[in-house]
Amino acid sequence: MCTWVTMSTAVSGSGKGPEGEWIHLTDAHVYFDHPQHSVMNHALIVDFVDSSAGPGARLAVELNTESARRLVAAIEAALGAVEPAVLEDC
Amino acid sequence: MYEGMIAESIRYEGDGGDLVDAYYARPLGPGPFPGVLVIHHNPGWDEATKEIARRFAVHGYAAISPHLFTREGAGTTNPQDASAAARAAGGVPDARMLADTDAALSYLRAQPYSNGKAGVIGYCSGGRQSYIVACNLAVDAAIVCYGGRIVVAAEDLTQATPVPAIDMTPGLSCPLLGLFGVEDRNPSPEQVAIIEAELKENGKDYEFHSYEDTGHSFFSVDRPAFRVESANDGWARIFDFYAKHLAGS
Repeated sequence: MCTWVTMSTAVSGSGKGPEGEWIHLTDAHVYFDHPQHSVMNHALIVDFVDSSAGPGARLAVELNTESARRLVAAIEAALGAVEPAVLEDC
Repeated sequence: MYEGMIAESIRYEGDGGDLVDAYYARPLGPGPFPGVLVIHHNPGWDEATKEIARRFAVHGYAAISPHLFTREGAGTTNPQDASAAARAAGGVPDARMLADTDAALSYLRAQPYSNGKAGVIGYCSGGRQSYIVACNLAVDAAIVCYGGRIVVAAEDLTQATPVPAIDMTPGLSCPLLGLFGVEDRNPSPEQVAIIEAELKENGKDYEFHSYEDTGHSFFSVDRPAFRVESANDGWARIFDFYAKHLAGS
Protein backbone atom coordinates (compact mmCIF):
# COMPACT_ATOMS: atom_id res chain seq x y z
CA MET A 1 0.00 0.00 0.00
CA CYS A 2 1.07 3.56 -0.55
CA THR A 3 -0.22 5.86 2.15
CA TRP A 4 0.99 9.32 1.12
CA VAL A 5 0.32 10.20 4.76
CA THR A 6 3.22 12.37 5.87
CA MET A 7 3.91 13.89 9.28
CA SER A 8 6.11 16.93 8.89
CA THR A 9 7.77 18.94 11.61
CA ALA A 10 10.23 21.80 11.71
CA VAL A 11 13.63 20.89 13.12
CA SER A 12 16.76 22.83 13.89
CA GLY A 13 20.11 21.16 13.60
CA SER A 14 22.56 19.65 11.15
CA GLY A 15 23.07 16.36 9.40
CA LYS A 16 26.00 14.75 7.62
CA GLY A 17 25.89 12.88 4.34
CA PRO A 18 28.16 10.04 3.20
CA GLU A 19 30.55 12.44 1.46
CA GLY A 20 31.25 14.14 4.78
CA GLU A 21 29.38 17.28 3.92
CA TRP A 22 27.17 18.69 6.64
CA ILE A 23 23.88 20.38 5.80
CA HIS A 24 21.63 22.56 7.88
CA LEU A 25 18.28 20.89 8.64
CA THR A 26 15.00 22.80 8.65
CA ASP A 27 12.35 20.07 8.43
CA ALA A 28 11.74 16.37 8.98
CA HIS A 29 9.15 14.47 6.96
CA VAL A 30 8.06 11.22 8.59
CA TYR A 31 5.97 8.53 6.92
CA PHE A 32 5.37 4.79 6.66
CA ASP A 33 5.47 3.69 3.05
CA HIS A 34 7.50 1.90 0.37
CA PRO A 35 11.23 2.45 0.89
CA GLN A 36 13.58 3.39 -1.92
CA HIS A 37 16.57 1.34 -0.78
CA SER A 38 15.83 -1.08 2.07
CA VAL A 39 14.71 -4.57 1.10
CA MET A 40 11.37 -4.24 2.82
CA ASN A 41 7.87 -3.78 1.47
CA HIS A 42 7.26 -0.89 3.84
CA ALA A 43 9.41 1.13 6.20
CA LEU A 44 9.26 4.01 8.63
CA ILE A 45 11.00 6.71 6.65
CA VAL A 46 12.39 10.03 7.81
CA ASP A 47 13.58 12.62 5.31
CA PHE A 48 15.65 15.27 7.05
CA VAL A 49 15.87 18.21 4.68
CA ASP A 50 17.03 21.77 4.27
CA SER A 51 13.93 23.11 2.58
CA SER A 52 15.79 26.22 1.45
CA ALA A 53 18.43 24.29 -0.46
CA GLY A 54 16.48 22.25 -3.01
CA PRO A 55 15.42 18.59 -3.15
CA GLY A 56 19.00 17.28 -3.09
CA ALA A 57 19.55 18.58 0.45
CA ARG A 58 18.11 15.46 2.05
CA LEU A 59 19.26 12.85 4.54
CA ALA A 60 17.00 9.81 4.32
CA VAL A 61 16.53 7.05 6.90
CA GLU A 62 14.48 3.89 6.31
CA LEU A 63 13.81 1.67 9.35
CA ASN A 64 11.71 -1.40 10.00
CA THR A 65 8.89 -0.97 12.50
CA GLU A 66 10.73 -2.46 15.44
CA SER A 67 13.83 -0.35 14.77
CA ALA A 68 11.73 2.79 14.55
CA ARG A 69 10.06 2.09 17.89
CA ARG A 70 13.44 1.41 19.52
CA LEU A 71 14.80 4.64 18.11
CA VAL A 72 11.86 6.62 19.50
CA ALA A 73 12.43 5.02 22.91
CA ALA A 74 16.18 5.68 22.73
CA ILE A 75 15.64 9.35 21.90
CA GLU A 76 13.17 9.72 24.75
CA ALA A 77 15.58 7.95 27.11
CA ALA A 78 18.47 10.16 26.05
CA LEU A 79 16.40 13.29 26.60
CA GLY A 80 15.16 11.96 29.93
CA ALA A 81 18.67 11.28 31.18
CA VAL A 82 19.65 14.94 31.04
CA GLU A 83 18.87 17.64 33.57
CA PRO A 84 16.10 19.95 32.33
CA ALA A 85 18.34 23.00 32.53
CA VAL A 86 20.83 21.34 30.21
CA LEU A 87 18.09 20.49 27.73
CA GLU A 88 17.42 24.19 27.37
CA ASP A 89 21.06 24.87 26.60
CA CYS A 90 21.00 24.24 22.87
CA MET B 1 14.55 -12.80 -36.11
CA TYR B 2 16.37 -9.52 -35.51
CA GLU B 3 15.67 -7.80 -32.20
CA GLY B 4 16.78 -4.33 -31.23
CA MET B 5 15.59 -1.26 -29.42
CA ILE B 6 16.63 2.19 -28.36
CA ALA B 7 16.01 3.49 -24.85
CA GLU B 8 16.84 7.04 -23.88
CA SER B 9 15.99 10.05 -21.74
CA ILE B 10 13.87 12.67 -23.43
CA ARG B 11 11.99 15.82 -22.48
CA TYR B 12 8.61 16.90 -23.73
CA GLU B 13 6.28 19.82 -23.03
CA GLY B 14 3.78 18.98 -20.30
CA ASP B 15 1.38 20.98 -18.18
CA GLY B 16 1.83 24.71 -18.63
CA GLY B 17 4.55 24.19 -21.22
CA ASP B 18 6.93 22.87 -18.55
CA LEU B 19 9.57 20.45 -19.78
CA VAL B 20 8.93 17.00 -18.32
CA ASP B 21 11.64 14.35 -18.10
CA ALA B 22 10.71 10.97 -19.52
CA TYR B 23 12.26 7.64 -20.32
CA TYR B 24 11.43 6.43 -23.80
CA ALA B 25 12.04 2.93 -25.11
CA ARG B 26 11.00 1.68 -28.53
CA PRO B 27 11.82 -1.11 -30.94
CA LEU B 28 14.16 -0.37 -33.81
CA GLY B 29 12.56 -0.50 -37.21
CA PRO B 30 9.88 1.31 -39.18
CA GLY B 31 6.88 0.09 -37.18
CA PRO B 32 4.03 0.53 -36.99
CA PHE B 33 4.23 0.27 -33.20
CA PRO B 34 1.49 0.84 -30.64
CA GLY B 35 2.36 3.11 -27.74
CA VAL B 36 2.26 2.50 -23.98
CA LEU B 37 2.29 5.16 -21.29
CA VAL B 38 3.99 3.73 -18.18
CA ILE B 39 3.16 5.53 -14.91
CA HIS B 40 5.70 4.99 -12.16
CA HIS B 41 4.92 3.88 -8.63
CA ASN B 42 5.02 5.85 -5.40
CA PRO B 43 8.79 5.40 -4.71
CA GLY B 44 9.39 7.30 -7.89
CA TRP B 45 10.81 7.18 -11.39
CA ASP B 46 13.28 4.44 -10.66
CA GLU B 47 15.27 1.71 -12.36
CA ALA B 48 12.40 -0.75 -12.04
CA THR B 49 10.10 1.64 -13.92
CA LYS B 50 12.63 2.07 -16.71
CA GLU B 51 13.02 -1.70 -16.90
CA ILE B 52 9.26 -1.99 -17.42
CA ALA B 53 9.47 0.51 -20.29
CA ARG B 54 12.25 -1.52 -21.89
CA ARG B 55 10.19 -4.68 -21.47
CA PHE B 56 7.38 -3.15 -23.49
CA ALA B 57 9.86 -2.13 -26.18
CA VAL B 58 11.15 -5.69 -26.38
CA HIS B 59 7.57 -6.77 -26.99
CA GLY B 60 7.04 -4.31 -29.83
CA TYR B 61 5.66 -1.22 -28.10
CA ALA B 62 6.96 2.33 -27.97
CA ALA B 63 6.86 3.02 -24.24
CA ILE B 64 7.13 6.39 -22.55
CA SER B 65 7.47 6.84 -18.80
CA PRO B 66 7.17 10.46 -17.68
CA HIS B 67 8.88 11.54 -14.49
CA LEU B 68 5.83 12.95 -12.77
CA PHE B 69 8.03 14.54 -10.08
CA THR B 70 10.15 16.47 -12.59
CA ARG B 71 9.23 19.84 -11.16
CA GLU B 72 9.77 18.85 -7.53
CA GLY B 73 13.15 17.46 -8.59
CA ALA B 74 14.38 20.71 -10.12
CA GLY B 75 17.96 21.19 -9.00
CA THR B 76 18.76 17.54 -8.46
CA THR B 77 19.49 14.69 -10.83
CA ASN B 78 18.41 12.14 -8.23
CA PRO B 79 14.83 10.92 -8.83
CA GLN B 80 14.65 9.60 -5.26
CA ASP B 81 15.14 13.11 -3.90
CA ALA B 82 12.50 14.32 -6.32
CA SER B 83 10.11 11.69 -5.00
CA ALA B 84 10.74 12.78 -1.41
CA ALA B 85 10.20 16.42 -2.36
CA ALA B 86 6.93 15.55 -4.10
CA ARG B 87 5.71 13.79 -0.98
CA ALA B 88 6.66 16.73 1.22
CA ALA B 89 4.71 18.97 -1.13
CA GLY B 90 1.56 16.87 -0.70
CA GLY B 91 1.84 14.73 -3.82
CA VAL B 92 1.28 15.42 -7.49
CA PRO B 93 -1.94 17.29 -8.30
CA ASP B 94 -4.23 15.13 -10.42
CA ALA B 95 -4.87 18.02 -12.82
CA ARG B 96 -1.16 18.44 -13.51
CA MET B 97 -0.72 14.69 -13.85
CA LEU B 98 -3.51 14.56 -16.42
CA ALA B 99 -1.98 17.35 -18.48
CA ASP B 100 1.46 15.74 -18.34
CA THR B 101 0.16 12.31 -19.33
CA ASP B 102 -2.05 13.75 -22.07
CA ALA B 103 1.03 15.36 -23.59
CA ALA B 104 2.93 12.08 -23.28
CA LEU B 105 0.15 10.27 -25.16
CA SER B 106 0.31 12.92 -27.87
CA TYR B 107 4.07 12.42 -28.07
CA LEU B 108 3.56 8.68 -28.61
CA ARG B 109 0.96 9.16 -31.32
CA ALA B 110 2.95 11.87 -33.11
CA GLN B 111 5.84 9.57 -33.95
CA PRO B 112 6.03 8.49 -37.62
CA TYR B 113 6.21 4.83 -36.63
CA SER B 114 3.14 4.97 -34.35
CA ASN B 115 0.10 2.91 -35.30
CA GLY B 116 -2.02 5.64 -33.73
CA LYS B 117 -3.03 3.62 -30.70
CA ALA B 118 -1.85 4.05 -27.13
CA GLY B 119 -2.47 2.30 -23.86
CA VAL B 120 -1.71 3.23 -20.28
CA ILE B 121 -0.43 1.16 -17.37
CA GLY B 122 0.39 2.20 -13.83
CA TYR B 123 1.62 0.57 -10.66
CA CYS B 124 0.83 1.34 -7.03
CA SER B 125 -0.10 5.06 -6.87
CA GLY B 126 0.45 4.98 -10.63
CA GLY B 127 -2.35 2.42 -10.81
CA ARG B 128 -4.74 5.01 -9.45
CA GLN B 129 -3.35 7.54 -11.90
CA SER B 130 -3.80 5.04 -14.75
CA TYR B 131 -7.46 4.72 -13.76
CA ILE B 132 -7.85 8.51 -13.79
CA VAL B 133 -6.11 8.78 -17.16
CA ALA B 134 -8.43 6.12 -18.60
CA CYS B 135 -11.50 7.97 -17.29
CA ASN B 136 -10.45 11.39 -18.56
CA LEU B 137 -8.22 11.03 -21.62
CA ALA B 138 -8.36 9.30 -24.99
CA VAL B 139 -6.58 5.97 -24.56
CA ASP B 140 -7.26 2.66 -26.28
CA ALA B 141 -6.63 0.29 -23.38
CA ALA B 142 -5.86 0.80 -19.70
CA ILE B 143 -4.23 -1.38 -17.05
CA VAL B 144 -4.33 -0.84 -13.31
CA CYS B 145 -1.82 -2.76 -11.21
CA TYR B 146 -2.80 -2.67 -7.52
CA GLY B 147 -3.82 0.96 -7.66
CA GLY B 148 -4.56 2.20 -4.16
CA ARG B 149 -6.93 5.00 -3.16
CA ILE B 150 -9.23 4.61 -6.17
CA VAL B 151 -11.81 4.11 -3.45
CA VAL B 152 -11.09 6.81 -0.89
CA ALA B 153 -12.81 8.24 2.15
CA ALA B 154 -13.92 11.86 1.93
CA GLU B 155 -11.57 12.83 4.76
CA ASP B 156 -8.61 11.46 2.80
CA LEU B 157 -9.17 13.73 -0.20
CA THR B 158 -6.55 16.45 -0.55
CA GLN B 159 -6.02 19.65 -2.47
CA ALA B 160 -3.89 17.69 -4.92
CA THR B 161 -6.41 14.87 -5.25
CA PRO B 162 -9.80 16.49 -4.70
CA VAL B 163 -12.02 14.00 -6.53
CA PRO B 164 -12.27 10.26 -5.75
CA ALA B 165 -11.02 8.33 -8.78
CA ILE B 166 -13.97 5.96 -8.56
CA ASP B 167 -16.33 8.90 -9.15
CA MET B 168 -14.71 9.33 -12.56
CA THR B 169 -15.79 5.82 -13.70
CA PRO B 170 -18.59 7.04 -16.01
CA GLY B 171 -15.91 8.69 -18.16
CA LEU B 172 -14.04 5.45 -18.84
CA SER B 173 -13.96 5.03 -22.61
CA CYS B 174 -11.65 2.05 -23.15
CA PRO B 175 -11.27 -1.55 -21.98
CA LEU B 176 -9.72 -1.88 -18.51
CA LEU B 177 -7.56 -4.67 -17.09
CA GLY B 178 -7.08 -4.76 -13.31
CA LEU B 179 -4.46 -6.91 -11.57
CA PHE B 180 -4.57 -7.22 -7.78
CA GLY B 181 -3.38 -9.31 -4.83
CA VAL B 182 -5.86 -10.66 -2.32
CA GLU B 183 -3.50 -9.86 0.57
CA ASP B 184 -3.18 -6.20 -0.39
CA ARG B 185 -4.66 -3.68 2.06
CA ASN B 186 -4.69 -0.75 -0.37
CA PRO B 187 -6.58 -1.67 -2.43
CA SER B 188 -8.15 -4.29 -0.21
CA PRO B 189 -10.26 -7.07 -1.78
CA GLU B 190 -13.32 -5.16 -0.50
CA GLN B 191 -12.21 -2.02 -2.33
CA VAL B 192 -11.50 -4.01 -5.50
CA ALA B 193 -15.05 -5.36 -5.26
CA ILE B 194 -16.39 -1.80 -4.98
CA ILE B 195 -14.45 -0.73 -8.10
CA GLU B 196 -15.71 -3.78 -9.98
CA ALA B 197 -19.30 -3.07 -8.97
CA GLU B 198 -18.96 0.53 -10.17
CA LEU B 199 -17.58 -0.60 -13.52
CA LYS B 200 -20.36 -3.14 -13.87
CA GLU B 201 -23.06 -0.64 -12.99
CA ASN B 202 -21.72 1.77 -15.61
CA GLY B 203 -21.60 -0.95 -18.26
CA LYS B 204 -17.84 -0.75 -18.75
CA ASP B 205 -15.60 -3.27 -20.51
CA TYR B 206 -13.31 -4.58 -17.79
CA GLU B 207 -11.38 -7.66 -16.69
CA PHE B 208 -10.13 -8.10 -13.12
CA HIS B 209 -7.77 -10.75 -11.75
CA SER B 210 -6.86 -11.10 -8.09
CA TYR B 211 -4.02 -13.43 -7.15
CA GLU B 212 -3.93 -15.65 -4.05
CA ASP B 213 -0.92 -15.53 -1.71
CA THR B 214 -0.12 -12.14 -3.21
CA GLY B 215 -0.07 -8.64 -1.82
CA HIS B 216 0.76 -5.17 -3.05
CA SER B 217 3.58 -4.54 -5.52
CA PHE B 218 3.89 -8.15 -6.67
CA PHE B 219 5.46 -7.15 -10.00
CA SER B 220 8.43 -5.55 -8.21
CA VAL B 221 11.34 -7.92 -8.75
CA ASP B 222 13.53 -5.92 -6.35
CA ARG B 223 11.16 -6.10 -3.39
CA PRO B 224 10.09 -8.89 -0.99
CA ALA B 225 6.53 -8.47 -2.28
CA PHE B 226 7.53 -10.00 -5.62
CA ARG B 227 5.46 -13.09 -6.43
CA VAL B 228 6.89 -14.84 -9.42
CA GLU B 229 3.81 -16.88 -10.40
CA SER B 230 1.45 -13.93 -10.06
CA ALA B 231 3.83 -11.62 -11.91
CA ASN B 232 4.40 -14.08 -14.74
CA ASP B 233 0.68 -14.64 -15.17
CA GLY B 234 0.11 -10.89 -14.91
CA TRP B 235 2.64 -10.10 -17.62
CA ALA B 236 1.04 -12.70 -19.90
CA ARG B 237 -2.36 -11.07 -19.36
CA ILE B 238 -0.91 -7.61 -19.97
CA PHE B 239 0.56 -8.59 -23.33
CA ASP B 240 -2.58 -10.48 -24.37
CA PHE B 241 -4.71 -7.48 -23.44
CA TYR B 242 -2.58 -4.96 -25.31
CA ALA B 243 -2.26 -7.29 -28.34
CA LYS B 244 -6.03 -7.43 -28.50
CA HIS B 245 -6.71 -3.72 -28.06
CA LEU B 246 -3.66 -1.90 -29.42
CA ALA B 247 -2.91 -3.94 -32.53
CA GLY B 248 -3.55 -2.67 -36.03
CA SER B 249 -2.12 0.07 -38.14
